[in-house]
Amino acid sequence: MNVLTVSKIREGTVIDHITAGKALEVLKIIGIKSGSKERVSMAMNVESRKMGKKDIVKVEGKFIGDEELNRISLIAPRATINIIKEFEIIRKFNVSLPREVEGIIRCPNQNCMSNDEKEPVKSFFRIEEEDGRVIARCEYCGKKVYDIGRFLV
Amino acid sequence: MSKIRHLISIDDLSRQDIEYILKKADNFVEVAKGKKSLKILSGKILANLFFEPSTRTRMSFETAMKRLGGDVINLGSLEATSLAKGESLADTLRVVQQYADCIVLRHQREGSARFASQICSVPVINAGDGAGQHPTQTLLDLYTIRMEAKLKNLKIAMVGDLKYSRTVHSLIKALALFNAEIYLVSPELLKLPEEILEVDARFIESDLKTAIDEVDVLYVTRIQKERFPDEEEYRKVAGSYKITSDMIEGKDVVVMHPLPRVDEIAYDVDRLKNAVYFKQAFYGVPVRMAILSEVMS
Ligand SMILES: Nc1ncnc2c1ncn2[C@@H]1O[C@H](COP(=O)(O)OP(=O)(O)O)[C@@H](O)[C@H]1O
Ligand SMILES: [Zn+2]
Repeated sequence: MNVLTVSKIREGTVIDHITAGKALEVLKIIGIKSGSKERVSMAMNVESRKMGKKDIVKVEGKFIGDEELNRISLIAPRATINIIKEFEIIRKFNVSLPREVEGIIRCPNQNCMSNDEKEPVKSFFRIEEEDGRVIARCEYCGKKVYDIGRFLV
Repeated sequence: MSKIRHLISIDDLSRQDIEYILKKADNFVEVAKGKKSLKILSGKILANLFFEPSTRTRMSFETAMKRLGGDVINLGSLEATSLAKGESLADTLRVVQQYADCIVLRHQREGSARFASQICSVPVINAGDGAGQHPTQTLLDLYTIRMEAKLKNLKIAMVGDLKYSRTVHSLIKALALFNAEIYLVSPELLKLPEEILEVDARFIESDLKTAIDEVDVLYVTRIQKERFPDEEEYRKVAGSYKITSDMIEGKDVVVMHPLPRVDEIAYDVDRLKNAVYFKQAFYGVPVRMAILSEVMS
């Protein structure tokens, strides 16, 4: 059986074991949006032995820092990162939860300071686990965000 | 315990921090009454930045500062300020801190005081950030409890609007640090939210009559008409949470209220020694003195 749904890349980052359906949010987290120049391929809802179904994202020609990659855990806690050089995996790791994130989550509280466009302020969230769920807590107003994927900037 | 630099949220304070501030306030009670002179903040200037209306908080900060020998500058009427010309809060703060040794801020945005503390090199005290925090209110409530009842093994009843009253929410969180037993007395529609019930305190749902016989303190809040679908329902409910002198006279319970009251405490209660809500307003002064002297020393 051919499991390779997306072709091999020479150099770049493969993000595997993304929670099924979350690939687009992962792209958002690592800063890939319409107009981006990188070569990106992805597969959604493909079979996975470990997870039933999963998404995969491959990014060529862009260096992504570990801090940025670890943010993926906010929406896809089981994601694995593979760094590729000359078609070979030179490094592999599981994403781990950041303790805090700046700028990438938008506070759902309209009256929060971090949503005031006049002010030089960036959102800032502390990441916590509550009953096994990942939540983000706004440093400014204290609001808890349970569905982080919905509130990515 | 590290030195307190800014005062933004009661949640930032440990039990030790709180005890430290309350103990410090003891030194200022006579000064706050004007019976003793203590000019430890002479030469210092406090900037009162109130972007939202306030009478008690603003005036009690002003009194606290002046009685300690300091001076106060005010924002003035909002229409006349640079904000009306579109200046950001950040820039206003950056300018005002050039003129003052400490900033007291009330602003409609939640988190504005936290933001200010990141921007300013002078200490910032939160005097209410929209639906957020108002830590000096909580501290003066705790001080009143300590002075007029007791903080150890306290039994307190929260009466009235427990759903929307942030004063109550903050006080409950702080009292949890002191292992208080908290009686909840409210109409069905205005019960304490789940997330506050999760704090580590002992809660007991109760009715007013039972609570009065059991507790050391009644903390009464206003039930607002807007919370009810119709006026008649409101009258009926509000009436059954009203405190009158015959309910408490001769009993060993004190009555607190963050003020302003409307009619949830009858005027005839005022003459009883149980009524401590005006003292509570007074205690705001020594408590704010303690905070001002702490952050500016
Ligand atoms: N612990 C608290 N947390 C958040 N907001 C509070 C708290 N206590 C009071 N407030 C709110 O702060 C505002 C001002 O109250 P207060 O300081 O008592 O009066 P004033 O406006 O006369 O200074 C009110 O809207 C009140 O609901
Ligand atoms: Zn917020």
